[in-house]
Amino acid sequence: MDSKVLIAKRVAMELKDGDLVNLGIGLPTLVADYVPANIKVMFQSENGLIGMGPVPPQGMENPDLTNAGAAPVSSVAGAMTFDTAFSFAIIRGGHLDVTVLGGLQVDEKGRLANWMVPGKMIPGMGGAMDLVTGAKKVIVAMTHTSKGEFKIIPECTLPLTSIRRVDLIVTELAVIEPTDEGLVLREVAPNVTVEEVIKATQAKLIVPQTVPAMKVL
Amino acid sequence: MEVLTAHGAVGLIGDDTSLMIGGFLGVGTPESIITELIAQKKKGLTVIGNDSAFPDKGIGRLISEQLVKKLIVSHIGTNPVTQKQMIEKSLEVELVPQGSLIEKIRAGGVGLGGILTPTGVGTVVEESKQIIESEGQKYILELPIKAKFALIKAKKADYMGNLFYSLTAKNFNPLIALAADIVIAEVEEIVPVGSMSPEEIHTPGILVDYVVVGGKKNG
Repeated sequence: MDSKVLIAKRVAMELKDGDLVNLGIGLPTLVADYVPANIKVMFQSENGLIGMGPVPPQGMENPDLTNAGAAPVSSVAGAMTFDTAFSFAIIRGGHLDVTVLGGLQVDEKGRLANWMVPGKMIPGMGGAMDLVTGAKKVIVAMTHTSKGEFKIIPECTLPLTSIRRVDLIVTELAVIEPTDEGLVLREVAPNVTVEEVIKATQAKLIVPQTVPAMKVL
Repeated sequence: MEVLTAHGAVGLIGDDTSLMIGGFLGVGTPESIITELIAQKKKGLTVIGNDSAFPDKGIGRLISEQLVKKLIVSHIGTNPVTQKQMIEKSLEVELVPQGSLIEKIRAGGVGLGGILTPTGVGTVVEESKQIIESEGQKYILELPIKAKFALIKAKKADYMGNLFYSLTAKNFNPLIALAADIVIAEVEEIVPVGSMSPEEIHTPGILVDYVVVGGKKNG
């Protein structure tokens, strides 16, 4: 299975019936394709939409109905559009159940850095700081390492997105839960050993006696 | 409210002025007004908006023409020209979290002295800002922001300047309408007064000084 698909499928299993969910641009967007059939969630898009639907068929796009990456989307029945102040009232005000974001680094305290690499890449934080600060549950969906560099490290060296501890990290190798005690290895991906995860992780991992394999459909 | 051509409306705007511009990655940006700002070579602009869109779209077109001196936005990741000018220091960029930026604008427009937000506490965003502790929680005091002009894109206006926005093209537009001295709205059509239901109107005409009829197709 493609590693991005694996991550998206595993994240999708975290969603619960009735959740309001914001998916970041890139890998997190894939999660929408794998929502379990027995639950119904609504997707929020910070540019002003609750009830975002799939990409419309060619020729059916409305230039005034887009996602946070400016790509055309559709709206589902029961959707609502609104301005940016209301959108962030939902996000910051604790009304968003889950946000799924990409990550550049996560550290042992569960703190995320995902908005700039000084001197190299300065995209800006956009809505990420508000999402991590305000969402009830923050899931980081990212590749475990980047071009051989560790991403799960003792302490973030890149500027933080928030000091809030994220709730879950899902990579192509593992599911890791940041806790008061540190980063707990909850699951390993199919055909991946605990040792392989530890080797790919610079941060200290707490390894329970049994670490089940990631269950994805 | 007065109906003007894009040329006439932009003629009111001087160099070295501040503009709030609606849009999210160009969706909901008044492109006819942007085209005219470029044609009239308005220079030294301070631009406040969500993002700098793309080099050939929205606020990004002003960046590409090097008309912007200072940019206050939440995101520049889709526009390499902005990043290049920022690194070369020909453009000053202030990055503000999106939810804080819109609340700064709202504060400016609704008569508040600032807002307290937990967003950015403990990050570089809090540098040189006042931290206020209330009920055991730390907040950043984000100060209000205003501009000389607000440049809005709405779907339609009536002849009183009442505005209706389309779907996700709303974004910053209704908020910037409150936070500028002079409000110019580009619309796709002007309809008779009374033809819009009161509940269809998102921005009241009393806030809108000038209406420009622009192109139909842009976001």
